[in-house]
Amino acid sequence: MSSESRPTGGLLDAGLEGLSHNFLTGTLEGLVKWARSHSVMPATFGLACCAIEMMAAGGPHYDLSRYGMETFRASPRQADLMIVAGRVSQKMAPVLRQIYDQMMEPKWVISMGVCASSGGMFNNYAIVQGVDQIVPVDVYAPGCPPSPETLMHAILTLHQQIRDGELTRRPGQGAGIVIEQVGAAGPTPVVLGRS
Amino acid sequence: MTTTHDAPINLAQTAEGAQELTSRDIVAAGERLRELGAVLRLSESEALDAELDSVPDDETMIINMGPQHPSTHGVLRLMLELQGETVLRCKPIIGYLHTGMERTGEDLTYLQGPTNVTRMDYAAPLFTELAFSLTVEKLLDIEVPERAVWIRMLMTEMNRISSHLLFMATNGMDLGAVSMMLYGWREREEALRFLQEVTGLRMNHNYIRPGGVAADLPDGWRDSILRLLDMLPPRLAEYDVLMTNQPIWRERLQGIGVISAEECLALGVTGPILRSTGYDWDLRRDMPYLAFDQIDFDVVVGSYGDCFDRFAIRLAEIRESMKIVRQCLENMPKGDYRIQDKKVTPPPRARIDESMEALIHHFKIFTEGFKVPEGEAYVSIESPRGELGCYIVSDGSPTPYRMHVRAPSFVNLQTLPHLMHGNLVADAVAIISSVDPILGEVDR
Amino acid sequence: MADDTAPTGADDAEVEVTPEVAPEELFGALLTRSGGQLVLHPTREQYPALLRTLHEAGYHSVIDLCGVDYLTHPGRSGVPASVATERFEVVVNLINHKERGRLRLRIQIPVDDARLASAFDLYPGTEAMERETFDMFGISFDGHPDLTRILMPEDWLGHPLRKDYDSGRIPVQFKGAPANRPASR
Repeated sequence: MSSESRPTGGLLDAGLEGLSHNFLTGTLEGLVKWARSHSVMPATFGLACCAIEMMAAGGPHYDLSRYGMETFRASPRQADLMIVAGRVSQKMAPVLRQIYDQMMEPKWVISMGVCASSGGMFNNYAIVQGVDQIVPVDVYAPGCPPSPETLMHAILTLHQQIRDGELTRRPGQGAGIVIEQVGAAGPTPVVLGRS
Repeated sequence: MTTTHDAPINLAQTAEGAQELTSRDIVAAGERLRELGAVLRLSESEALDAELDSVPDDETMIINMGPQHPSTHGVLRLMLELQGETVLRCKPIIGYLHTGMERTGEDLTYLQGPTNVTRMDYAAPLFTELAFSLTVEKLLDIEVPERAVWIRMLMTEMNRISSHLLFMATNGMDLGAVSMMLYGWREREEALRFLQEVTGLRMNHNYIRPGGVAADLPDGWRDSILRLLDMLPPRLAEYDVLMTNQPIWRERLQGIGVISAEECLALGVTGPILRSTGYDWDLRRDMPYLAFDQIDFDVVVGSYGDCFDRFAIRLAEIRESMKIVRQCLENMPKGDYRIQDKKVTPPPRARIDESMEALIHHFKIFTEGFKVPEGEAYVSIESPRGELGCYIVSDGSPTPYRMHVRAPSFVNLQTLPHLMHGNLVADAVAIISSVDPILGEVDR
Repeated sequence: MADDTAPTGADDAEVEVTPEVAPEELFGALLTRSGGQLVLHPTREQYPALLRTLHEAGYHSVIDLCGVDYLTHPGRSGVPASVATERFEVVVNLINHKERGRLRLRIQIPVDDARLASAFDLYPGTEAMERETFDMFGISFDGHPDLTRILMPEDWLGHPLRKDYDSGRIPVQFKGAPANRPASR
């Protein structure tokens, strides 16, 4: 297409002919999902070891802001993603549920680490054996603690889920996606019991 | 907004009743004594006098801070009584991360024990492993090879560096110096990379075990450390420019949260908080464990006991740790990285393929564990937060009968009411941050 | 109270005392050694006065205070024959910064009268530790300003670190996980 035949300027300059390149068409649903998946705001819900890795993921080396995820909201009312980072004790469980209830719909939950997902190695009186007993979970990130790479994998999986999943869903139902651990191996594998 | 999820949770349970801060007209004199921050050497009548010049009840307000709060270092909950912006009383409410680790520790064998305790202080996991291992070794009455001792020193000092860098980052973040947070994380990543090279994990290493360490130092560890030792000093100098000499930073920290040495001793406080008062006490030098008696380093002390001193001490301790790491690098002996005691150490991997006996032995040690003679022992080390002790009672079986960890953060947290009394609520965050509690260790 | 027999100069030389077979005493309480560490065995009645003596002798910090439940291991080691063992023990670790010395107290606490004098007046740092021991073992401390649960929720039943308290272990599910969690993605 030569520059002469191509209408220049916006709709006002080119009239109706400008429509051919000034509009994108799509479904409203797709647009809403696209917007949602690109503006997820996590609530700070650091509990234990995983919280340190969650903060590290927001640090300069891993840089969560690449995905528009760096604004951790201090108030649950401004957040729509809860990253349960760490073990949930019996004393914390009501608090966690209350904070979840304070978040606005639509909201999602990432269960970060084995303690949040299943109680992990602490199978005792004090720890809730899986945060999915209290809140619905969308993505389970494995690891103890999950490396920041795994957390990012979980977040990107959630983004994908928001784009592909239902626009509306019954409250109280998580997607329950289980992901694999990534980036756990060091630069060189550590060999135990070598001698 | 409401959900249909039928979890068996009663929201009213989020209140902790008697554990919370009560209004002052129903507080007993003894508790008033403690809560006024006058925990020390105040007779009851003096406490009442202090009460008299305080404000009437209707001018004050009790507010809750936490447990989910961006700058309380985890799930610490504070209840503050304020008059205007001044903190009159403060009560920390803890237990929101209680994990029952001391109970779980009774179910795990001595070989599995470090897996459990390493998750207590997750900013400095190697220290809890070390305290546990030293206690078990004391009960077993064994001595680990010299190389293992030096590897332990090297690794714990690297861990101290990464822990203090984490403090730098969070302290900056708590006070609004977000660039400091980014710098702190950047350097911590470098320290973690070395820990990962050696132990395979970034955190919760399970590396120091009874009898030695889990794996030998990898090839090229010297280069990694030298790279780190070259890289850190100019970056620490950056911190000095950015924070230490910066007027805003000094204004916010100097003279805030002052405590005296006598008060620290009475409260059992250890670590940088005790040293910030000018009290010269470091277990590495005063009650040496491992081979710290062969190491040349300085114990950094402050003079005012305020938040700034605690910040400066930790920054200086990074430099001291680097000195220790360099000495470990120079003096690292050759030899075994774990004790060659058939009772405690699993056989080498290669021998399992050849020898039936080794296979059985390997199987026994990992399923049943090794037996530890009856007795009890308490061993303590200097963690980045203070004296970290481990008390184990053994009944002669392969699992501890009772495993108790004396967590420095748990005790140090008791200073909060005292430090906060009379300060502004805006300084509360600075004070929490300067105590540097790790809630995993507080609640265990 | 019972420490009138305490040798006044004992605190200078206690670390170098050569081990003897006869029951030793230090500050009026029975002394044993456990792996080079000094352990005192005061009675419950001796305990408050002993703390006062120790405080004067330079033990300015209580470093640690915890409980032990000897329900399933009554024949414990390291206790002198003249001390009647009970189900609970409160273990107190003190430190003498000046002489770089440590001392451990083991106090026997019977289960039907599980109480001990609080050390709060002399050592305010024991406040949280005593609360923890109360929470975990149900040993109450007389004179403690605020003896409430510290780690467990306020309405929790029982004391989790007692040996007759179930550890709460639930069997791990390998099949039939909750509907919320599909078997694979």
